[in-house]
Amino acid sequence: MIQLKVNGVEKTFDGDPDMPLLWYLRDVAELTGTKFGCGMALCGACTVHLDGKAVRSCSVAMREVTGKSVTTIEGISSKGLHPVQKAWMEIKVPQCGYCQPGQIMQAIALLNENRTPSDKDIDSAMEGNLCRCGTYQRIRSAIHQAAKELA
Amino acid sequence: MNAIQNVSRRGFLRAGVAAGAFVLAARVIPEPLWAEETGVFNPDLFLSISSDNTVTIIAARSEMGCGSRTSVPLVLADELDADWSKVKIQQALGDKKYGDQDTDGSHSVRGFFDQMRVTGATARTMLVMAAAQQWSVPIAECFTEPNLVVHKPTGKKLTYGELAAAAAKLPVPAKETVTLKKRSEWRYIGKDTAMYDLPDIVTGKAVFGMDAKMPGMVYASIEHPPVLGQKVNTYDDKAALQVKGVRQTVALDTFKPPHAFQPLGGVAVIADNTWAAFQGRRALKIEWSTSPNSVYNSAEFRKTLEATARQPGKVVRNVGDVDAEFAKGGKIVEAEYYTPHLAHASMETPVAVASYRDGKVETWAPSQSPQAVQGTVAGLLGIKPEDVTCHVTLLGGGFGRKSKPDQVAEAAVLSKKLGKPVKVVWSREDDIRFDYFHSVAALYMKAAIGNDGMPTAWLQRTVYPPIASTFDPLATYATDEMSLGWNNLPYNIPNHRSENGAAKAYVRIGWLRSVANIYHSFAINSFADELAVAAGKDPLEYLLQLIGPPRIVPLEYRKEEAEEGKKYPLETARLRKVVEVVAEKSNWAKRPRQKGRGFGIAAHRSFLTYVATVVEIEVDSQGQVTIPNVWTAVDAGTVVSPDNIRNQFEGAAAFGTSLALISEITVTNGVVNQTNFHDYQLARMNNAPRHTSVYIVESDAPPAGVGEPGLPPFAPALYNAVFAATGKRIRELPLSKANLV
Repeated sequence: MIQLKVNGVEKTFDGDPDMPLLWYLRDVAELTGTKFGCGMALCGACTVHLDGKAVRSCSVAMREVTGKSVTTIEGISSKGLHPVQKAWMEIKVPQCGYCQPGQIMQAIALLNENRTPSDKDIDSAMEGNLCRCGTYQRIRSAIHQAAKELA
Repeated sequence: MNAIQNVSRRGFLRAGVAAGAFVLAARVIPEPLWAEETGVFNPDLFLSISSDNTVTIIAARSEMGCGSRTSVPLVLADELDADWSKVKIQQALGDKKYGDQDTDGSHSVRGFFDQMRVTGATARTMLVMAAAQQWSVPIAECFTEPNLVVHKPTGKKLTYGELAAAAAKLPVPAKETVTLKKRSEWRYIGKDTAMYDLPDIVTGKAVFGMDAKMPGMVYASIEHPPVLGQKVNTYDDKAALQVKGVRQTVALDTFKPPHAFQPLGGVAVIADNTWAAFQGRRALKIEWSTSPNSVYNSAEFRKTLEATARQPGKVVRNVGDVDAEFAKGGKIVEAEYYTPHLAHASMETPVAVASYRDGKVETWAPSQSPQAVQGTVAGLLGIKPEDVTCHVTLLGGGFGRKSKPDQVAEAAVLSKKLGKPVKVVWSREDDIRFDYFHSVAALYMKAAIGNDGMPTAWLQRTVYPPIASTFDPLATYATDEMSLGWNNLPYNIPNHRSENGAAKAYVRIGWLRSVANIYHSFAINSFADELAVAAGKDPLEYLLQLIGPPRIVPLEYRKEEAEEGKKYPLETARLRKVVEVVAEKSNWAKRPRQKGRGFGIAAHRSFLTYVATVVEIEVDSQGQVTIPNVWTAVDAGTVVSPDNIRNQFEGAAAFGTSLALISEITVTNGVVNQTNFHDYQLARMNNAPRHTSVYIVESDAPPAGVGEPGLPPFAPALYNAVFAATGKRIRELPLSKANLV
């Protein structure tokens, strides 16, 4: 029996301990904001926070999250929108939107560690997150804007 | 303009579906479809207004990131003078009553612009009539504000919700009495409105196909035949059935040619969750039959294509006599170009949920073409298309791949076999290996150069397995692709011939964002740059000279393209204009000219939109290319949402970077070599253009395409920049195969 916290709620899981966190979140916990993109930690669509750090949930087995705290896009802000989500709205970042929960989770993790990231910092934090629609320029602007808001 | 007709006599207006509701069943379907239905009342609903003042507009086109689900209803809302904050958008089911629902070809706005305006204006007229009656005042004394009718002399107001029931009882006005808004009166068209789904997207609440579920559903993952057309001879599922969560396996029939949109066949693993299904698949042992397509090797095939491109092909456009001009001797320039297969690689892989019950199918799918879902599923299961209910979710990207419903058909077939709802999830490996690929192409160009350095004759030949092969395995010549930048060269050259050579397909070929424009624009714009260099002229000045004086290029249209050709003639003045704008914005005349840094330009009209792009690159001592700046100028006619256009064109620069720099699909013995994002690479934040500036040329022309036209000029502009920076002329995609040091 695996015990973990998801968005602040205690959960238990008695399925295959090798199941990636991603599929637990999507198919078992029914939190579908976290997306499947590649299954190999190559695209970042499945990014969530594990004890506050950004991880690719497709490549973290359930056995590795015992006793840990997981935050998904659904749980990132208890009151209204997170400043990063607000910036995403103001800059109108998304096109199809599928990768954006992962982008937002990655961006929040970056800003948690670095409140004033340079373009270079943003590039290196975000290069693992693919966007086939190509919204990178707006993502970069939105991160700068959120940084200002958080300052 | 689609005329409004007074059709109330045959029930144009339908009584409200709920008490107090106004429902306008507008004549907003294409003429041919309507004609077939003459005399039959078919309540095509695009609009309703409820007594609580909510305006509901049906989006009949799919949302895959291009903004159609917002922009098309926005046009209706503008003419209705609706309050956008009170508008609810409801996604249409797949149903031919909506007309064309295939969200491709960059034609959602241009295909529905007039009809949406007419629908909105008709409803607005009826609401004003209802208010005037209620107040016993002349109609002329009333006007509208968002969701309100106002009586000018007294300032009295009634909301659309308050008027809905009364308006619903009125006859539909004759067309003479309906006035469309003037451009100056537009509230939303041409302004920036955020995508309707934006709040749901940033909070993770948006429902994509991947997120759809049905009660009691099981999950399926399918091991497809590695080579197109292979069948399952035998298979061993013992180990697969040992995987925790796996319930059973099901062998699937391989299509009978033509493959069209049919499933590929293979073995499905049915499980309690996606992960178990994926794991079960890895434990399958399958023996496949042979397939004639296993002879396919893309490296060898390239030589075949190139050999064909050196021989005369089928003539698709002829002006003057190129052969006579070539025979005169003088300066001749020739060049050959090559572009590989590409995979769409939408971030959301193909996925669908379907439930078969009592001869009917209900499905939730991220489909660009819900009517194709109906037709394909019905055909496979021997039921009627109208017995297939297709709910369209948001699409996590589409780019043409999701016009094909093969994965929806898989879910429906499995549901029928299992007697319960089934969700089919494609892995990334499935997505890349079993795509409907963008075609590989070889192109041959030849020009005779006059004393002024300008071409006196221009011959171009293109060869690739055509999309028609999807529907007819024997098809070797292109059809629709010819108008995608090949039989409509906009240059002012006295002798011109355009040809197409035959090629056979061994993998599934499909539409990928801007389709054949990708290789056609690559060859034409690269060759133009080569000729400029040969003539010792500035590439931009040379391009303007090629385009020549303002004129309408005389083109022959196929019957089905004739009307569009009339409405959207190829106007060289508009092409010149975007070139001039991008020249100014990029400061082309004063661009730095130094080793390792270069500017390139390309211009291309596709989907009726004129685009010119300048790409700036830097090449370091290792031959690594970075893209500091992209400038692109767009004339897309009347614009509904400028910010959405900017976003689409910024995105096209990133999509273009992928195919220009790093993406390539290769095939060995019929098997696709690439599997995931490590070997099928896409542009990321660190190698996508640093900054893309988009300039929209104001225009009153009818609206044109937006989703695709940004792509075709990108790769040639980048390659022309490579030449400027390095002196190396690279003639094949992607650039990662070239040595720039």
